[in-house]
Amino acid sequence: MLRLESIRIAQGDFALEADFEITPGRKTAVIGPSGAGKSTLLGATGGFLPLASGRLWWQDRDITHTPPGQRPIAMLFQDNNLFPHLSIAQNIGLGIRPDLKLTPEDQARVDLALERVGLGGMSARRPGELSGGQQSRAALARVLVQDRPVILLDEPFAALGPALRQEMLDLVQELSAEAEATLLMVTHDPADVRRIVDDVIFVEGGRAAAPQPAKSLLEDPPPALRAYLG
Amino acid sequence: MAHRAQPVIGTTGIVAGGFVVAVVVLSFVGLGLRAEVGRGLGPSEWAAIRFTVVQSAWSAVISVICAIPLARALARRRFWGRGALITLLGAPFILPVIVAVLGLLTVFGRTGWVNEVLGVLGLPGLSIYGLHGVVLAHVFFNLPLATRLLLQGWQSIPAERFRLAAQLDLPPAMIRRTLEYPLLLQVVPGAAALIFVICLTSFAVALTLGGGPRATTIELAIYQAFRFDFDLARASLLSIIQLVLAGSAALIALWIIPDFPLTAGLDRKLRRWDARGGVQRALDTGIIALGSAFLLLPLMAILLAGLQGLPEMPSVVWKTAGNSLGVAVLSIAVLLAIALPMAGWISTRRAGGAEAIGLIGLSASPLMIGTGWFILINPVADPVPLALPVTALINALMALPFALRILVPPLRDVLTTYDRLTRSLGLQGWPAWRWLVLPRLRAQIGFAAGLTGALSVGDLGVIALFADPDRATLPLQMYRLMGAYRTEAAAGAALLLLAMALGLFWICDKGGRWGAEA
Repeated sequence: MLRLESIRIAQGDFALEADFEITPGRKTAVIGPSGAGKSTLLGATGGFLPLASGRLWWQDRDITHTPPGQRPIAMLFQDNNLFPHLSIAQNIGLGIRPDLKLTPEDQARVDLALERVGLGGMSARRPGELSGGQQSRAALARVLVQDRPVILLDEPFAALGPALRQEMLDLVQELSAEAEATLLMVTHDPADVRRIVDDVIFVEGGRAAAPQPAKSLLEDPPPALRAYLG
Repeated sequence: MAHRAQPVIGTTGIVAGGFVVAVVVLSFVGLGLRAEVGRGLGPSEWAAIRFTVVQSAWSAVISVICAIPLARALARRRFWGRGALITLLGAPFILPVIVAVLGLLTVFGRTGWVNEVLGVLGLPGLSIYGLHGVVLAHVFFNLPLATRLLLQGWQSIPAERFRLAAQLDLPPAMIRRTLEYPLLLQVVPGAAALIFVICLTSFAVALTLGGGPRATTIELAIYQAFRFDFDLARASLLSIIQLVLAGSAALIALWIIPDFPLTAGLDRKLRRWDARGGVQRALDTGIIALGSAFLLLPLMAILLAGLQGLPEMPSVVWKTAGNSLGVAVLSIAVLLAIALPMAGWISTRRAGGAEAIGLIGLSASPLMIGTGWFILINPVADPVPLALPVTALINALMALPFALRILVPPLRDVLTTYDRLTRSLGLQGWPAWRWLVLPRLRAQIGFAAGLTGALSVGDLGVIALFADPDRATLPLQMYRLMGAYRTEAAAGAALLLLAMALGLFWICDKGGRWGAEA
């Protein structure tokens, strides 16, 4: 269970507060107006932004000060998810060992992950030799081998066309279901919310609200959410 | 509760920076042991100080004054070979000083091309030795630098301003007042200060073209006190004077010295509508022709004389060439071992206070460090066998400020761009170097290594202090040949040295880019 205990993130004039927990295995969308702090919430959870106050818990472990790479979290960003100078296999291998000293078993895991995301046979290529969709698949393959209980998606598919984006989100859903991982994703699209997630965190006015079941929330949104959805 | 994130790389940089500081500080300790400050400054010390300052000032002023029309002409003319000429303006950086001096002697020397023409015309010849010669050589090296700095300034004037000037049909005098004078006011003091500081620690030029009581720089006086009189007390005192002079000048100049352009990017095309008149056009053409001739003739002279001289070279030249190559390779290795961790350390910090350590190379002169270390080593071990390694180490320190300027900005970019990805993967320490920094910075590392190799292979400095007949480098051997009036052999050695400097630079630079992807 991921618990955000009275956390407060401050960046200059901007501040965001949150105080809730996320049930393991649930798929949760973070929605809200531009600039409300969706990415900030994910960034702080991932360990990229310091907390001004409050604590972050995973199970019984205080991870408030844990470096990003040692948190039980795999995260995909809006861009720069792959190193352009390394092959796809090396990029994925970094998810297993940062020094890339891979055993034959590790190599096999990389190959398996590549097969699973539909990139079999492309392991030697560089990211620049792949299409946008294939790059997303490669990044997902790395999330797969990282094998962390929490997956954070900060709109990694925003640059893809609508059909491709749906395809990727479906793949994410499958993968996180197989791994029984907790998924937390930023989205702008109410259709994503309906199709994929269980819960919704609505971020607005400097506050991230506790997760609400997506279905009931969308059927009867509170005024602020209603204004956002239009 | 806000905490600073763990830096991805950078801890070994503190060690490397500490090493650099230790090398320099320990050399001070050596100097302090022997210098008799109470002895005061005699007339010869004062003469050296005066000559050092005077020749630096003249070199700076003349370089900048000549660079202004040349940079202006290059900025507003488009012609065939312009890109090549601008690239050539970067060449003095990797051109061995002693090679250039020989080239200048061939053109301007007593029996040189210019004097032959003057003789035919019945005009009195000119002398290249003494103040004239030292300033001439310094202008040869620094005119291109000043031109590049000014050209960079000219190209920073937005194209829209020239469009506006064209739209208003401003006359040339008005363009100068509105666009060019403000720019010159900004760039000229910095360029002059930089050249002044560089010339303060000049050694090889003063050694070959200066000398005598009226044309001895402090650096040359250190060498003479050390080598001819073995007067370590005097050498130490002079070293301390050198440090105070060059150090304080560098500190003052640091505020106005501009970022000097080490890399390409000056051949950007900018459309200009002004200066279309016939007189201006002819003037610019003349200036560009004159400037190119001044830079190209000595190089051509080396090529011609060198080809004739190659068969005259004694076999010792090849042996010293081997020594020089070894020194250069060792220098590159030492530089990379120091510069890469330091760049990593500096890049993870906000402001570049640590970059100042790299700048030690500009103010601490090679002969000063060499003298200090000689005093420290001498009681414990024979310094002579250490001549070549010490030369390699000092060459690396001299190249350090340039290497840091090349490496730090792109390294900052890489660390910023991939900051979150590296942190989310837990990529730190050696793996971060191995899988992120080294592959991303290959081109810059190659460039820095190439510069260091060329600077080192062509350096005639601290080796002159330590060397015995068995342990010379190629530049030193070339100097010995020149001293023995074996001009043909010296020219052959010059060509070999030039080929080695350019070759080392080319191999490293190309090696860094080979197979590199976007």
